[in-house]
Amino acid sequence: MRHVISALVMNQPGVLAHISGMLASRAFNIDSLAVGATENPELSRMTFVVKGDDRVLDQVRKQLEKIITVVKVIDFSGPGQSIVERDLMLIKVSTEGGRRSEIRELTEIFRAKIVDVGPSHVMIEISGQERKVEAFIDAMRPFGILEMVRTGRIALLRSEPEAEDMPEEPAQSTEIPPGATV
Amino acid sequence: MATQPQQTEQKPSTTLQLRGAEILVEAMIRQGVDTVFAYPGGASMPMHQALSHRTDKIRTILPRHEQGGSFAAEGYARTTGKPGVCLATSGPGATNLITGIADAKMDSIPLIAITGQVAQQVLGTDAFQETPIVEVCRAVTKHYYMITKFEDIPRIVKEAFHIATTGRPGPVLIDFPKNLQLQTMNEEPDYDPPMHLPGYRPQSATVNPNQIKQVLAAIKRSKRPVIYVGGGAIASGAAEELKKFAKRTNIPVAMTLMGLGAFPGSDSQSLHMLGMHGTVYANFAVDEADLLLAFGVRFDDRVTGKLAEFAKHGKIVHVDNDASEIHKNKEAHIPIVADLKEVLAAINREMTDDDIPQIDDWWKQVNAWREKYPLTYRDQGNDLIMPQYAIEELYRQTRDQEAYVAVGVGQHQMWGAQYYKFDQPRRWMSSSGLGAMGFGLPAAMGAQAAHPGKLCIDIDGDGSFVMNVQELATLHCEKLPVKVFLLNNQHLGMVVQWEDLQYGGNRAHTYLGPIDHPEATGKGTGSFGETYPNFVQMANSFGIAAAQVRSRKEFPAALAKMLAHEGAYVLDILCPYQEHVLPMIPGGKTAKDIIYERI
Repeated sequence: MRHVISALVMNQPGVLAHISGMLASRAFNIDSLAVGATENPELSRMTFVVKGDDRVLDQVRKQLEKIITVVKVIDFSGPGQSIVERDLMLIKVSTEGGRRSEIRELTEIFRAKIVDVGPSHVMIEISGQERKVEAFIDAMRPFGILEMVRTGRIALLRSEPEAEDMPEEPAQSTEIPPGATV
Repeated sequence: MATQPQQTEQKPSTTLQLRGAEILVEAMIRQGVDTVFAYPGGASMPMHQALSHRTDKIRTILPRHEQGGSFAAEGYARTTGKPGVCLATSGPGATNLITGIADAKMDSIPLIAITGQVAQQVLGTDAFQETPIVEVCRAVTKHYYMITKFEDIPRIVKEAFHIATTGRPGPVLIDFPKNLQLQTMNEEPDYDPPMHLPGYRPQSATVNPNQIKQVLAAIKRSKRPVIYVGGGAIASGAAEELKKFAKRTNIPVAMTLMGLGAFPGSDSQSLHMLGMHGTVYANFAVDEADLLLAFGVRFDDRVTGKLAEFAKHGKIVHVDNDASEIHKNKEAHIPIVADLKEVLAAINREMTDDDIPQIDDWWKQVNAWREKYPLTYRDQGNDLIMPQYAIEELYRQTRDQEAYVAVGVGQHQMWGAQYYKFDQPRRWMSSSGLGAMGFGLPAAMGAQAAHPGKLCIDIDGDGSFVMNVQELATLHCEKLPVKVFLLNNQHLGMVVQWEDLQYGGNRAHTYLGPIDHPEATGKGTGSFGETYPNFVQMANSFGIAAAQVRSRKEFPAALAKMLAHEGAYVLDILCPYQEHVLPMIPGGKTAKDIIYERI
């Protein structure tokens, strides 16, 4: 099973190396990992897509929580969790053979955006759920994909009425202690 | 790793001028540090200079290898419960600490490792004696720091000691660039600054009264309960509470290698060690138990063997303060993430006479196993010194002295665990998780530094001993009267044992004498001529008294002579190498597969 885990970590050198090293040395299977700034300059957010059963996920979460520079870990795949998740992709597609308008049409259908135009190719930006991005790749394949790059998954919880329907409290509290700047 | 200093170091002028190195030393003093094991070099000289001015507060012991320093700091920590401190220079000095750091991580020992680092101006340029030690050590530390700002020094020292000693203890590395060691300020810094650790909450969980009720209900219902106790009980200081709990309930107690001493080993309620080389009765009891009270343990493979078969008949109560240990290897029915001492105190408080289980039949069974399969060895009835006998005799002669005992790794380590009995925690030092040969001598040295005037023994093997034998110089020069009880069989005995069991006895680099001896290919008779190396001469060259003993008749007197000797001493005890450590559950097997007698 795939899980999306989000971790708030202290924005310090070496934190990413520590976390990726831990995941590798414990042989956890990570599909994607995205890191970026948050609203708080002291913290970064890491979003992981992890493959494994509940036991693996439990260990990933606890091992992450054990790292001193990891402030908070949230499993976004718990029951009753509703999240918005996005992948971002830049893709360069060949326009040889006068097929630019076809590509443009598909780009619009997918609500993607052409961000660069060259004599024989276009670059398209698309964001969305993984399924949509995958479908767009399939749609572009016949034209000739020259290059592409994708980010890891990013995700946030929706604000929702069933907010008290929170996932099971992890063994180690993920409450931010008073005094912590989050 | 002495080198030429890379920078000119000027004497501070008459006004108050505090160097970074001095601030670090003062910050350590305020953390209660009284002993450091430190080997100087170019990038750590300012710290040594600072230490040399604070001999009123800190004893600096010079080991002869940084690894010896790290193990000595562990010996200090394991026997006191206070953090051990070791210090090395950059590059090779730092990398030589790694085995000790990894060992402290595996056995959850509070250790502060401080390394000098090249100046920030040349950091990352592959400068002389530069290694990115923080990068290298990330996976084997609980936490790590590189000091990057002068003003951070007191906070980092405070945080490092806090992290090393709270929650599940462990090693913390502080990497200290030389330019910051030399930088000065002209006023006293705040040595008690606020810590900034928003992600570290070691005391998160309080004991949940409902879980205590569940545990008591499980105990009450149980007919075949066993306590399985490990190093967590010692780290948490729970020995008194454990004893009270065990005595009141009369539940049998099995200990892990790390847990020895958590419950009195000489008490008849102790089933002694469990696991690969544990007693038959401890392993059978756990195998048949209907309730396993797992206290401060991590279900290590050397304890469980085949996981699916381990304690499969019973409920498991697992108490540990590290949430990641719960369900890691074995699913627990009642998982409790909390400090063991508090949990046991709560259980003791809540327990009524009504909760005491009826286990007379269970004890009959356990005692029947104990009678049928006692811990025993072949007594050949000749004048050979059997290693198990030697340790029994050591125990007989020292049991009243509450000795501190360290071991290396191998057969002698297991025999030490089996035949020496510890009635108190923090008397036994074993590199248990990492299994680092060469641990015994420096660990005993660290214990001796922490406990002047007390008997500190290194039970060692001839393989392990040589790995840090240079510390004999430290024993002599620092006047640390460690007694080395050297079980010398001229072989790497544990590997020999596995060769016998798994490789038809083919000897593959397990003989420690010259390669032209027939023993090197397993063709010798096992009789000793001249042994190699000459440990008596070696010890003497370090200024340490020594004797070799090869006769059982002479052994008790030879041992008594060592114990009566005032200074450090090496007793080179020749033992037959053909002995196997038994009982043995082969790796990945179950209690049912236990080998009790030599086939």
